[in-house]
Amino acid sequence: MRAAFRMPAGGRIARGETLSFRFDGRIYTGHPGDTLASALLAHGVHLLGRSFKYHRPRGVLAAGSEEPNALVEIDRGGGRRTPNLRATEVALYDGLVARSQNRAPALSFDLGRINDFFAPLLSAGFYYKTFMWPRRAWRMLYEPLIRRAAGLGRAPEAPDPDRYANRFGHCDVLIVGGGPAGLMAALAASAGEARVVLVDEQAACGGSLLDETTATIAGQPAPVWLAETLATLNARATVRLLRCATAFGYYAENFIAIAERVTEHLADPDPGLPRERLWQMRAREVVLATGATERPLVFPGNDRPGVMLAGAARTYLNRYAVRPGRRAVIVTACDSAYQAASDLAAAGVEVALIADLRDTLPAVASDLAARGIRVAAGMTVLGTQGGLRVRSVAVAPARGGASVRLACDLVLMSGGWTPAIHLFSQSRGQVRFAADLGAFIPDRSVQRERSAGACRGLLDLAETLADGARAGAAAARAAGFPVPDLPRPAVAGAITPAGFHLGLCPRAAATRAFVDFQNDVTAKDIARAAQEGFHAIEHVKRYTTTGMATDQGKTSNLNALALVAAATGRAIPEVGLTSFRPPYTPVTFGTLAGLSRGALFDPVRTTPIHPWAEARGAVFEDVGAWRRARYFPRSDEDMHAAIARECRATREALGLLDASTLGKIEVVGPDAAEFLERFYVNALRKLGIGRCRYGLALGENGFVRDDGVIGRLAPDRFHVTTTTGGATATLDRMEDYLQTEWPDLHVWLTSTTEHWAVLAVQGPQARAALAPLITDIDLAPAAFPPMSVRVGHILGVATRLFRVSFTGELGFEINVPADYAGAVWEAVAARVAACGGAVYGTEAMHVLRAEKGYAIIGQETDGTVTPGDLGLDWTIGKGKTDFIGKRALALPDLRRPGRKQLVGLLTTDPALVLEEGAQIIAGPNPSPGSTALGHVTSAYPSATLGRSIALGLVAAGRQRLGARLYAQTPGGVAEVDLVSPVFFDPAGRRIDG
Amino acid sequence: MLLIPCPYCGPRPEIEFSYGGEAHLARPRDPAACDDAAWGDFLYARTNPKGIHAERWRHAHGCGRFFNALRHTVSDQFLITYRIGAPRPEIAA
Repeated sequence: MRAAFRMPAGGRIARGETLSFRFDGRIYTGHPGDTLASALLAHGVHLLGRSFKYHRPRGVLAAGSEEPNALVEIDRGGGRRTPNLRATEVALYDGLVARSQNRAPALSFDLGRINDFFAPLLSAGFYYKTFMWPRRAWRMLYEPLIRRAAGLGRAPEAPDPDRYANRFGHCDVLIVGGGPAGLMAALAASAGEARVVLVDEQAACGGSLLDETTATIAGQPAPVWLAETLATLNARATVRLLRCATAFGYYAENFIAIAERVTEHLADPDPGLPRERLWQMRAREVVLATGATERPLVFPGNDRPGVMLAGAARTYLNRYAVRPGRRAVIVTACDSAYQAASDLAAAGVEVALIADLRDTLPAVASDLAARGIRVAAGMTVLGTQGGLRVRSVAVAPARGGASVRLACDLVLMSGGWTPAIHLFSQSRGQVRFAADLGAFIPDRSVQRERSAGACRGLLDLAETLADGARAGAAAARAAGFPVPDLPRPAVAGAITPAGFHLGLCPRAAATRAFVDFQNDVTAKDIARAAQEGFHAIEHVKRYTTTGMATDQGKTSNLNALALVAAATGRAIPEVGLTSFRPPYTPVTFGTLAGLSRGALFDPVRTTPIHPWAEARGAVFEDVGAWRRARYFPRSDEDMHAAIARECRATREALGLLDASTLGKIEVVGPDAAEFLERFYVNALRKLGIGRCRYGLALGENGFVRDDGVIGRLAPDRFHVTTTTGGATATLDRMEDYLQTEWPDLHVWLTSTTEHWAVLAVQGPQARAALAPLITDIDLAPAAFPPMSVRVGHILGVATRLFRVSFTGELGFEINVPADYAGAVWEAVAARVAACGGAVYGTEAMHVLRAEKGYAIIGQETDGTVTPGDLGLDWTIGKGKTDFIGKRALALPDLRRPGRKQLVGLLTTDPALVLEEGAQIIAGPNPSPGSTALGHVTSAYPSATLGRSIALGLVAAGRQRLGARLYAQTPGGVAEVDLVSPVFFDPAGRRIDG
Repeated sequence: MLLIPCPYCGPRPEIEFSYGGEAHLARPRDPAACDDAAWGDFLYARTNPKGIHAERWRHAHGCGRFFNALRHTVSDQFLITYRIGAPRPEIAA
């Protein structure tokens, strides 16, 4: 298909190469340097999409990231389907496949268009008002219908196959925006040693200079000056130019988030490259040179394809060598539209009329009049006509009089320019309303940041360049790098865009006069919101959804403010300004997630035994960040059978558990014993070398925080274990006390959790099983009594061997360096098997300890449980004057009779296993509002006892032993008898082996 | 992300640090000498000011050391950081 609207020469496109692409199935051509929008306009295609709510035909309004209308879906194949991309930003590549959105069945014939005829029903807040009744219909009927009819694009369905990278960056001066101000800032800032990063959202730096054909800078045509400036910057080793990169968020302490599109614009990208890269950039100083966005005028039919911003038309003409139409009518309140008119006329586009809303024509008007172009002052625009493309426009004198319809295929409009203060506002800077610009500009900076050029309201090219140089030099100096002042470049041939109009055009109707194009909000919607009492801009915004679309109201916010101000009889600054929030333009979830996907989303900790367990078909469970073997089913076993077998084997012969996840802390130093004496409730100062003690640690509030075993290896060296889940918190708390409360104590703490693997060998055969493997430790009962620790070797591997039990059986815990644990485990497992034992997992461990009434901190406790509540008062060292939590144990509430205490619970139905968390109540029919006596903390079927068992916390539980209470179950209440929590071997003889 | 000046390592990003609650709450030398109300205050009473707050931070993923900071709770800015044991610096809001 011939690109009939492409100029024979000019533009920044590589004409030597022709690219082929598809839009809605049709094949078109373009050139490197084109965007999807410019290439389609070159073929005279203006209709690019349907609008959000009314399905009105929409075309290209703008030429950059502010585009609200021309949203397309790009399909790169293999699940790479991205909706809602702005055609004005999609760089063309060979083979690109694009589709329009929000249309059915076709873009040119869309059934959803019927919404436009029902527009009176669908006005602002319609979903709060129209679909109210019947209630059920909302979910069944209205919502599915509305969701199908409205909405933007389709979310991709396949998992994202692309890779995304994440990088942290640091620089002295970060400049956002590569237009005239940004480039001058970069030149000035990089004159010394400062590391400068310049970020630009486009593929080519230059900003407005890319559209420039008439202006000269420092005596050179603007394109030449631009090329030389970029060459200078590229040659400086301290300068980094980030192109196709959007600074989308400005956070505390000059922390800027940047999304860099790495491969999106390439037909055949290197598969080693990520699709996008998230930069988290910390800058000493920031220069914001984010430019300004042209504003549409508000009049009926201002959204029709062929109605465009004047500056955008100039961009398509000068940068892409595309004539956006054949016969143009220009309506403007700003001088910059005259530049567009001049360039279009020179390119052979007929300019039927320049209708200026202002009463006085600017000086530039006479130049155009001299070229035979009709220019009229004091005009207004009443509407456009046409179907899928504008056919004519009605203009009239602003103060009354007959209107005329002018035939045209292009309407260009300019309501003035809005400084892009988004990032400045995100940085928490204060803005002020500049009445002479009709816009908000930066006023007071909060961070180490300064704005330069058009984004602070300086629209004149010479001023913008000078301001950029000033800001760049100031930033470098503030970062500590002396730089000279750059000479102010002379500028000629540029028109300063003076003049603006806000709100509805004079005499124009508010119906179908669009303010927010992307969310289909009209001037009438805003007026109605004001009528209905929504006066605060934040309320108007939410009620009408103006400014809430993916373009964040870049082209609409000020017109909306002006309309609210007019409707409520206030000045714009009194109406206020809505907050700007990140991201500036939409960012893919992939970019934000980066590498944190799949296995890297939440990394799993495994023990050295893990591969062995995996090979044996263990079933795993997550315990905090750890993945632990829960049970080891044999081929014909379900979970219960496997656990029952593991428990029986341990009680009858031997069990082997991987306990490597236990927290371990090496506590060393001359004051180590004194420190532990203060940290734990137990008497530890005089603990003998080679002896262990069960340790209970409280918070200062007297509640149990952690427990473990403390073994003394030397006068100044202790091996301390913690719960699996409490390892980090306990080490942190120990550090806290040593650093802040007792800095006089000489103690060093080292986490050895991952250093030592732990093999728990438990059961009557434990000694017999281990004896052949250990030669230098006497395992005889008298030589190695319960609660002691020995240092020696197992199979030649250094070990710290503990005689401790979490099962109530004769038990040893073998600590070996993690690197040797696999080999030791294999040998021990073989011995266990030879002795008729079994490897068991965490579930059997839970059952075995519950049979003995051993509490698990974090399972039986919830941060409000004292040692006394657990029946562990015996652990508290007699005669200790202080330890962490001691004083609180004397507080009245912690000594109150009737506190919940740990008890055993036996259901009268031995097969019934209670639910953990089930409430314990006094009677089977509790009266409403009555309080539960307690709750179940653990419950299991016990193979050893041949029935179910449970532990629970019950008010005054120890006084109630023998009582019958009730527990809530899904099937009603169940009778339970309160018993001692020690269900098995109450005398504790088995531990002696 | 905040940039927090560790008194030992210099400015580092917020993710390297953990928060430690209000500063200058010394554990009483002789807890047994405290009455219940005094111990309750030590456990639970905190100032929660709107303005400058003295608080404990730890460079958990760096040097591991605790330090104190004055932070403005409205602007979220760190005004100064100082070592444990040093008196609270005099700073105007």
